[in-house]
Amino acid sequence: MSDSRIATASELGVLATLRRGVQISPQIVDGLWITLGLAVLAAAGRVVVPMAVQRTIDDGILATGGPDATRVGLLVSLAAGALVVAGLCSALVNVRLFRSTEAGLASLRVRAFRHVHDLSTLSQGTERRGALVSRVTSDVDTISLFVQWGGIMLLVSTLQVLVATALMAVYSWQLTLVVWVCFVPLFLVLRKAQTYVSRAYAAVRARTGAMLGAISEAVVGAETVRAYGVAARTGRRVDAAVEETRRAQAHAQVLVASVFSSGTFMANVVLAVVVVVGSYLGVGGGLTAGQLVAFLFLVQLFTGPVQMATEILNELQNAIAGWRRVLAVVETPVDVADPGEAGVTSPRGPAAVSLRGVRFAYPDGPEVLHGVDLELPARSKVAVVGQTGSGKTTIAKLVARLMDPTEGQVLLDGVDLRDIRLASLRERVVLVPQEGFLFDGTVAQNVAYGLRELPPAGAEDPEVRSAVTAAFDALGLTDWAADLPAGLDTRVGQRGESLSAGERQLVAMARAYLAAGDLLVLDEATSAVDPATEVRIARALDTLTSGRSTVTIAHRLSTAEASDLVVVVDAGHVVEVGSHEELVTAGGVYARMHASWVAQTR
Amino acid sequence: MTGAPRPAALTGSRVRRSAALMWRGMRSEPRLYLVAVVASALFGAATVAVSRAVGWATDAVVVPAIGGDPEAQARIWQAGLVLGGVALTLALSVAARRIFAGFGYASIQAHHRRGVTRQYLRLPMSWHRAHPTGQLLSNASADVEAATGVFNPLPFALGVVVMILVSTVMLVGIDLWLAAAALLVIPAAIGANLVFQRYMSPAATRAQQLRAEVADVAHESFEAALLVKSLGTAEREEERFGERTDALRVANVRVGVVRALFDPVIELLPSLGTLLVLAVGAWRAAAGAVDAGDVVTAAYLLTIMAVPVRAFGWVLGELPRALVGYERIARVLDARGSLEPGTARLPRRDGGLAVRLDGVGLDVPAAGRTARLLDDVTLDVEPGSTVAVVGTTGSGKTTLVSLLARLSDPTRGRVLLDGVDLRTLAEGEVPAQVALVAQQTFVFEDTVRANVTLADPEDDAAAPERAVTDDQVWEALRLARVDGVVRALPDGLDAPLGERGANLSGGQRQRLAIARALVRRPRLLVLDDATSAVDPGVEQEILAGLAAERTASGRRATTVVMVAYRMSSVALADVVVHLDGGRVVDVGTHAELLARDPGYRELATAYEEETARRARELADERAAGEQAAAGDGAWDDAADAGAGDTGERLGEDLDDEAEEVAR
Repeated sequence: MSDSRIATASELGVLATLRRGVQISPQIVDGLWITLGLAVLAAAGRVVVPMAVQRTIDDGILATGGPDATRVGLLVSLAAGALVVAGLCSALVNVRLFRSTEAGLASLRVRAFRHVHDLSTLSQGTERRGALVSRVTSDVDTISLFVQWGGIMLLVSTLQVLVATALMAVYSWQLTLVVWVCFVPLFLVLRKAQTYVSRAYAAVRARTGAMLGAISEAVVGAETVRAYGVAARTGRRVDAAVEETRRAQAHAQVLVASVFSSGTFMANVVLAVVVVVGSYLGVGGGLTAGQLVAFLFLVQLFTGPVQMATEILNELQNAIAGWRRVLAVVETPVDVADPGEAGVTSPRGPAAVSLRGVRFAYPDGPEVLHGVDLELPARSKVAVVGQTGSGKTTIAKLVARLMDPTEGQVLLDGVDLRDIRLASLRERVVLVPQEGFLFDGTVAQNVAYGLRELPPAGAEDPEVRSAVTAAFDALGLTDWAADLPAGLDTRVGQRGESLSAGERQLVAMARAYLAAGDLLVLDEATSAVDPATEVRIARALDTLTSGRSTVTIAHRLSTAEASDLVVVVDAGHVVEVGSHEELVTAGGVYARMHASWVAQTR
Repeated sequence: MTGAPRPAALTGSRVRRSAALMWRGMRSEPRLYLVAVVASALFGAATVAVSRAVGWATDAVVVPAIGGDPEAQARIWQAGLVLGGVALTLALSVAARRIFAGFGYASIQAHHRRGVTRQYLRLPMSWHRAHPTGQLLSNASADVEAATGVFNPLPFALGVVVMILVSTVMLVGIDLWLAAAALLVIPAAIGANLVFQRYMSPAATRAQQLRAEVADVAHESFEAALLVKSLGTAEREEERFGERTDALRVANVRVGVVRALFDPVIELLPSLGTLLVLAVGAWRAAAGAVDAGDVVTAAYLLTIMAVPVRAFGWVLGELPRALVGYERIARVLDARGSLEPGTARLPRRDGGLAVRLDGVGLDVPAAGRTARLLDDVTLDVEPGSTVAVVGTTGSGKTTLVSLLARLSDPTRGRVLLDGVDLRTLAEGEVPAQVALVAQQTFVFEDTVRANVTLADPEDDAAAPERAVTDDQVWEALRLARVDGVVRALPDGLDAPLGERGANLSGGQRQRLAIARALVRRPRLLVLDDATSAVDPGVEQEILAGLAAERTASGRRATTVVMVAYRMSSVALADVVVHLDGGRVVDVGTHAELLARDPGYRELATAYEEETARRARELADERAAGEQAAAGDGAWDDAADAGAGDTGERLGEDLDDEAEEVAR
């Protein structure tokens, strides 16, 4: 079995992450050139205005012969005009960036979300649900925050650095060189520091994920926590996770603050260096005092954006950490792959299933099925029985292609399941698991979920409503549904927990009934239902499923009594196959199981 | 609890709420914020010092040095050192401010997170069922982040307020007109912010709500992953998620657009102010009221003032989102309605608990009316006896037994343990003697041992009398017939169980949950169909083992109340309670009920009846088949022509079965 765990984070480098991110969300770079053009104008405004101010002071206010009001008025108006244009440009850049990144990130969310569903149940099981949620929510939010805030600043700052460099060079190329040389060591140190910052941010995200996992235990396990009075302990565990997160944040903050303040330090040390070097240059006659003063002014226009850039690069690491975590989901290989267009569309109709030499082992686990051969004819009711852990549920999962066998083949009407388009397979083979999950909503909405074609009005649609009612009628559950506090409109609560386990199973049965598959795989689907209701459902299914096939995994051997074929699984082997009567008569494993079952039920 | 604690929710005008939000946050970490604000003030001073030092270096060193003054030339290095020193102070103040502001931010987040999870652990199940998991997780993550976002720029803004004060005083000293022109920046910034808040607040509220909804859809959908797979509805889920995501996108863009317009305005204001000062300055200088140097100083003071104005811009920019996030958290913090514990103690007597339900009824609101889940239930359970609660699916069994562990309180009537009303018992008294094993077992992501003991070493140290030894854990596992499974795990008791116990089968999880209950030596054990996935034989062994447990004085150690379907288990009970529609139909032994309660008989003999019915049906069909065959042999023709093999095989099967039944 290929390793298809969901990685904590993708292994890509910063640039590769960005490239891959943009590749997945191309909307981010939509109209980027126009945005860039506007950013250049915004950056130019940032440099031009302080210079205009400087000019106004020098030529207007400090003009020889006293302040020149007309000149000041003219310069001030020009600068104000430039300022407003630059402001408009940066507003436009912001708006454009917001639009394009949000569009890109929305599609990234949806893509990652969909990919989680496309992964096999085994891959899904390798990551906590809460942590998976954070991959499509808070991790994406991190990217969004960065791109919105940092994206523009990075653009504008870079441009500003370039413009300032050019202007500085006009005054003194030597000093410009000195300034750049001063920043080179900073860049080198920062490059190294970025890896630490990046690691620290990754730790924060991982801790946050673990913390949400711990919190979700307090929420999802609320009943257990109350029944055992272990709120204090659960609280302590959550507190520990919260504290770990806080500590990771604090650690990251120390690093980030150190990096940022070293940027601040260098930016101001440069002033000292320029004063010293510039003065000596001036003394040597290479520079006038006026030029040096002007240069000092320009240096401050240069260092501002450089400091800003260190800040942005720090935040970039955070965004990259989030991005890597989302990409890790998208890049997890799908081990139960959909052949898609290349696959076969399996025609509807009676379904026959064969297992040929099927072996299966869970990842890192021992083999649980050791070469199973089985023929499950069309239009038949098959019961698979066996002790807990015998491998009977594994057979159900393989038939519904939740997993692929490690060896051998599972065939539907003679076609390997791996060659059938998943959409087609899911239409024909419907699995009803033991724990009938319900969505927060009404009973009717949950049953309607089984319909292949759900109109936009959902359960409100009168046709859907009548289909739901018909499903309960067909299963003999009309009275039960009518007795619910608000009938079909009863709200089932989170995960359906306002209903009992048995009631949830009844709703799940009605839902599966509406899904109308050709082969119904029932994995202990009525285990929590009372015997009278179970018998009623079984009988209803008998009449309803004529023409369809059912495979039932059951503890309650009433199901086996009523089936066409009984398959007995023991320790990963199929040990007996035959009708109930044959097997009882044969006096083997099944006969013993059945005898003990009869003794227990009467 | 005495008196109502101060509510977390903020009241009053927006300004008041904003101030309270920031004040409370800083109050919770006074030291960190003191250091951060002082460092920020130092930063303000150092920023001024940098300009001053550059000005001084230019006037006193650079210009004369280049002009040829040897004394000044000798001081070039001195100027460099002074500037370097100021740079170092500045950098240190920045580092200190950011580090301590960051600590404060992280601490406030942690504080909020502990606050909401306390509530999650305290609030009753009814509250939990009404609140989507995704929303609750969002409260602890996205909402906490939103509520605390303002604390990052806050110390900066507060510290550099000093810069506003200093520059204001100096400006007023120069010239009132110049001061007025310069200070115009402040009301302009406030005005811009008021406009901003008006647009931002609704936009931020919507975005935050949608963020929670997106989380909620994702959470629910991922929890439903198996269902989505088995019905092949990934497409539909993608649409559902995509629809919410798109709504969030629109809301985020809306927030972004408001912000995109506000940020440049705040950036613009100080620069525009500078230009205004220059214009006014030129006029005042022309009028002879100030000299040129004063105008330059005023323009410079305004650039100083720009720093705090921007910093406040950041704070004000974050505030709407912070208020929205905080209000969402406050709703959790202020939620009431937990099951308030009393003060009575439940003495630990010998043997099982006596249970009495006295006219118990439970109503729930449903679609605008009240639904009665339980009505007029009166029951007496002898200490040490085993009671089976039997009824159809949806008859109220789970509701009834969950009252015994006080997972909820009855609307009417009382539940008494050893004669004490459950509502009067102090915190921790009920779980100390009552253990409930629910239908759906919850397994923590922890070791086997921790999942059984639900205790950490700290708990054992705090209450050594309740500490559980490994031997006791093994004993409980043995009683629950799951010791073999655990022994086969690579690390035994230390083996980690995945999220929700993903590496165990349903039956194994249930047995683990039973062990978890047994290890507490409960005087009342409530099994809510807790063995549905356990093999029947194993279930029998577990129940028999339980019944055999005796205290030192020979009494039965545990009263057992179980919801069960298997008649073999029900038959083991001393008393059977038949529940229907939330009312007790009959109470008696299995044999008694079988004899006098038709509803119970139907439940108890469902399988037998079904087997008999099937036998009758087969016999009838066989008879009909024989008749038909005897009539004209049409069956065979029809079978050959139509269904072919299947029909024939079915015919044979029927014959076989009929023979079997006949025999």
